Amino acid sequence: MQEFLQFIFSGLTVGAVYALVALGFTIIYNASEVVNFAQGEFVMLGGMTTVFLAAAGVPLPLAAALAVVATVAVGLALYAFAIAPVRGASTVTLIIITIGASILIRGAAQVIFDKQVHRLPSFSGDAPITLAGAAILPQSFWILGGAAVIVVGLKAFFEHTLTGKAVLAAAANSLAAELVGISLRKVVGLSFALSAAIGAVGGILAAPITFTSYDMGTLLALKGFAAAMLGGIGNPIGAVVGGLMVGLLEAFGAGYVSSSYKDGIAFLVILVVLFAMPQGLFGRAKVERV
Amino acid sequence: MTKTTSAALGGLAALALMAGAAHAEAIKIGAVLSATGPAAFLGDPEQKTLDLYVKKINEAGGIDGKTIELVTYDDGGDANKARTFAERLVEQDEVVAVIGGTTTGTSMAMIPVFEDNEIPFISLAGGIQIVDPVKPFTFKTPHTDRMACEKIFADMKARGLAKIALASGTGGFGASMREQCLKVAPAAGIEIVADETYGPKDTDMTPQITKIRGTAGVEAVLNADFGQGPAVFTRNYAQLGMTLPLYQSHGVASKQFIELAGPAADGARLPAAALLVADDLAADDPQKPVVTEYRDAFEAATGQPVSTFGGHAYDGLMILKEAIDRADSADPGEIRDQIEATKGFVGTAGVVTMSPENHLGLDLSSFRMLAIENGCCWVIVE
Amino acid sequence: MALPPAARRYLPVAAILAIVVVLPFVALGSGYHYRLATLVWTATIAVIGLNLLMGFAGQVSLGHAAFGGIAAYAVAVLPAHLGLHPVASFAVGVAAAGLLAAVVGRPILKLKGHHLAIATLGLGILVAMVIQNEAAWTGGPDGMQVPRVEIAGLRLRGAEPWYWICGLACVAAALLAVNLVDSPTGRALRAIHDSEIAAKVAGIDVPRAKLKVFVLSAVYAAVAGGLLALSSGFASPDTAGFLHSVELVTMVVLGGLGSIFGSLVGAAVLTLLPQVLTVFQDYEHLVLGALMIAVMVGLRRGIVPSLGDLLKGRRT
Repeated sequence: MQEFLQFIFSGLTVGAVYALVALGFTIIYNASEVVNFAQGEFVMLGGMTTVFLAAAGVPLPLAAALAVVATVAVGLALYAFAIAPVRGASTVTLIIITIGASILIRGAAQVIFDKQVHRLPSFSGDAPITLAGAAILPQSFWILGGAAVIVVGLKAFFEHTLTGKAVLAAAANSLAAELVGISLRKVVGLSFALSAAIGAVGGILAAPITFTSYDMGTLLALKGFAAAMLGGIGNPIGAVVGGLMVGLLEAFGAGYVSSSYKDGIAFLVILVVLFAMPQGLFGRAKVERV
Repeated sequence: MTKTTSAALGGLAALALMAGAAHAEAIKIGAVLSATGPAAFLGDPEQKTLDLYVKKINEAGGIDGKTIELVTYDDGGDANKARTFAERLVEQDEVVAVIGGTTTGTSMAMIPVFEDNEIPFISLAGGIQIVDPVKPFTFKTPHTDRMACEKIFADMKARGLAKIALASGTGGFGASMREQCLKVAPAAGIEIVADETYGPKDTDMTPQITKIRGTAGVEAVLNADFGQGPAVFTRNYAQLGMTLPLYQSHGVASKQFIELAGPAADGARLPAAALLVADDLAADDPQKPVVTEYRDAFEAATGQPVSTFGGHAYDGLMILKEAIDRADSADPGEIRDQIEATKGFVGTAGVVTMSPENHLGLDLSSFRMLAIENGCCWVIVE
Repeated sequence: MALPPAARRYLPVAAILAIVVVLPFVALGSGYHYRLATLVWTATIAVIGLNLLMGFAGQVSLGHAAFGGIAAYAVAVLPAHLGLHPVASFAVGVAAAGLLAAVVGRPILKLKGHHLAIATLGLGILVAMVIQNEAAWTGGPDGMQVPRVEIAGLRLRGAEPWYWICGLACVAAALLAVNLVDSPTGRALRAIHDSEIAAKVAGIDVPRAKLKVFVLSAVYAAVAGGLLALSSGFASPDTAGFLHSVELVTMVVLGGLGSIFGSLVGAAVLTLLPQVLTVFQDYEHLVLGALMIAVMVGLRRGIVPSLGDLLKGRRT
C-alpha cells in the first residue's frame, strides 16, 4: 500500500507539469486551431530566466515575476512574427512554424543562458513529508497547488469576465465572433500570452525538483501534446486530467511493469484510449460536415 | 628603380613570404564534440577546454613555432552527424589529427573514417570498445567504464557489501556502464539483485527507488549515469529515506552534481580522477601541479567549476601536442606513431603510458575513490 | 513551354535524374561532398514516401523515422546475429517495415488529424524504445556497426558507389511516385484528401486506399533508412527517433506538400543547411530556427509550389 501511494504521488507531481503544458496547448488550440510545439519552451524559459536573474542578484520572487513577464513577451512575439502573418495557412505549415520557433527559442537560450543544468531552491525546504508511509516533497504540494490555482483562475476568467467569454466565443465560432466585434487578433494574442504565462509558472514551480536546462522543452512538449490529446484537445479540464493521467501512467508503468519501457507504456495506453474514444476522454465527438 | 623602391619591394616580398610561410606552417587539428544535445554536460567543458588551451599554446609560440588551427564541429550527440563531420574534417579541412567523440556512439561512428584515411583520433568517450580491440589510429583518454565498475566493486568488497542494486540511465553512458558492470560483477564477487533504469531526461525516479527498497537483501546501490539524472536520483534517494551506501559513477565527477543534488549527496562515493581533489594530493604527487594548473586556468577562464570531462580534453590535446613535438612533423602517420609512444605523460586522469596493445595507457591506480562530504567537497577514501 | 501532359508528369523525375548524373562533374570534389549528396538522396526517398501520405492522401505521420530505423537495424542485426548477407537483410528489413505498417495501419488510419499524429508519434516512440533498450540485439544507445557490402566479390568501398546507388534509387522512387499519383489509386487518394465522405460516396474503398499509401510510404522510409545505414556503415537509434521523424515532416512541408521535386528541395535544404550553418558555431540553432520560420512565413505552401506560384503570377 505504501508503494502504491508513493507511485501516486510521483505520478501526480510529474503529471501536474504535463497538465500545465497540456493546458497551454489547449488554450492556444481553442483560440486558433494552432498546435504550438514551442509550448515546452515556455516552461524552460520560466525556469531558466528565473535562475539567471536570481544569480544576477535579483530577489527570487521578483526574478520569478520578471521571468513570467519575459516569457509572455516571447509568446506574444511568437504570435506577432510567426503566426499572425500566416493567418489562413494550412495546419502543417503552422506546425512547422511552431517547430521552427521552438528550435529558435532553444538556440537563443543556449546562447543567452548556458547549456548546463540548474535548479531553484525549494520554496519551503527539502524535508520530505510522510503520508501513510509515502514520502512527498513540499515542493510537490506547491506544484499541485499552483496548478489547481491556475485551473480555477482560468475557469473564473473564461466564465465570469467579458474578455474570457470573448475567447470562448472565438473558439466556438471565429467568424461569428468577428461579426459581433470581437477582435480575433487580440483574442489569439491573449491566448498565446496566457499559455506562455502558464508554462512559465509551471517551469518555475517545478525547477526545484525537475531542474531546468535549455533543452528540457522538447520532451515536455511531446508529453504535453499527448496528454492534451488524451484528455480531448480543446477541453481545458481534459488537458489537466490528461496530464495527470500521463504522469500516473509513467509512475505505475515504472513501478509495476518495466522501468525501461515506462514512456512506451504511457503512449500505449493513450493509443488504446484513442482507438476506443477517438475524441479523447473529455472531448466532444466531432461532427464531420460534408 | 631607385634604391628605396627596391628596398621597399624587397621588404614587402620578405613580409609576404613570411606571412605565407606562417600560414602554411599552421597545424590543423580537428574536433567533433557534442557541445549541444543530450551529452552537452560532457561536451561543453570539452569544447571550452580545447578553445582555452589551443589559445594558450599558440600564445606560448605554438608547437615548434607553428600555430595550431582548431576546427570544431558540434554533432549534437547524433552519430550520423558526427560521421559526416568526420569526413568533412578529413577531406575538406585536411586536418592532421582529431580529438573528440564525446560519446561512445559518436566515436564508434567516426572511427572507420579515421582508420580508413589514416588520421590519428583521440576519443574522449568512456566505452571500452573504442580501444578493445585496438585499432591502429584510435586512442582514448578517459578511463573505460569497465575500470569504473572494477574500482567501485573493489571498494564495495572492501566494505563487505556483496548484494547490490543497479540503477542506470538508458542513454549511451549509463547503458554501457550497466553492461560492463553486469559483466565484471561475478568475478568481483558482487551480486546484482535489482536492475532498474530511467530515461536521461526523467524528473522523478521514486518508483524505481521504491522497487529497489522492496527488493530483499540489497546492501548498496550503484547509480550509473551522468548529467541531471544522478542528481534527481540522489535527491529522490534521500527523499525516500534510503540509508544504504550509494555509489555514483565517474559521470558525476563535477561540482555541478553536488550543487544540484545538495546535501542528499553527502556520503556518496564515486571513482574519479585526481583532478577533483587537487588540493588534497600529496605534495610529491606528480599529478598535483598539472591538475592544479588546469583547474585554476579553467575556472578562471569560464567561471564554471572544473569537471573531469574537460580534463579528458586537456589530456588529449596535450598528448597530441607532445606527440607532434616529438615527431617534429605534421605527417599524420608519424604523429600516430608518437602518440603510441607516449610514456609517463602526466595528465588530469593519471599517468599515461601507451603501447601498441594499449591505446589508453591508464590503469586502475589512477582512479581515486572519493566520497562527497559537507555538501560541497570530495575527500579521498582509500 | 507547352509540353504534352504525359511528358510534363515526368518532369520532376527527369530533373532529379539530370541532377544525379551531372552533379559529380560540376560540384562534387571530395568524399565529403559525395557523402552529403548521398545523404540528400536517401532523405529524398523517405520524403517522397511521406509526401505521398501527407501531400496527396492528406494524412499525417509523426513517427515515420521508425520504419527507416527498422530497415537500418535489419542490415546491422541480421548479418551480425544470423549471418545473413547485407543485401538479403536489407530486403528483410524493408519487408518487415511494410508488414508493421500493414498490421498497425488499419486501426491507426481510422483516426484523423491530430489524433492520427499522436498515434503515429506513439508508434514511432515505441519502435525507437525497443531499438534502444534491447541492447543485446541492437547494441543499445551506442548503435551498431553495419558490415561492408560485397556483391559478387566486389567490395563497395568509399563514398562514390553509394552516391550512385542512392541517387538511382531516388530516381526510381520518384518515378514510382509519379506513376502512382496519376493512377486510379492516386486519384482515389486525392479524392480522399478533398473529402473522405464524398470519396466513400463515389465508391472508393477508403480504408483500403489509405492503408495502401501508408504501407507504401513506410516501404519508402525503410528503403531510405536501410540505404543510409549501409552507406554509413552503422545504425544508430537516432535514425528512428522522434526528432528525425519531425525532420522528415519538416522536409516535406518545406519543399512543398504534394510536390515530388519539392521533396528533393526540402531534403536538400535540411541536410545541407546545418553543414553551412556551422560557421555560426553557437548560434547555429538560432539561425536555423529563424530561417525555418522565415521560409514558411514567406513561402507558405512550401518552396517549390510557392516559387511555382510566383512564376505563374509573373506571366499573367
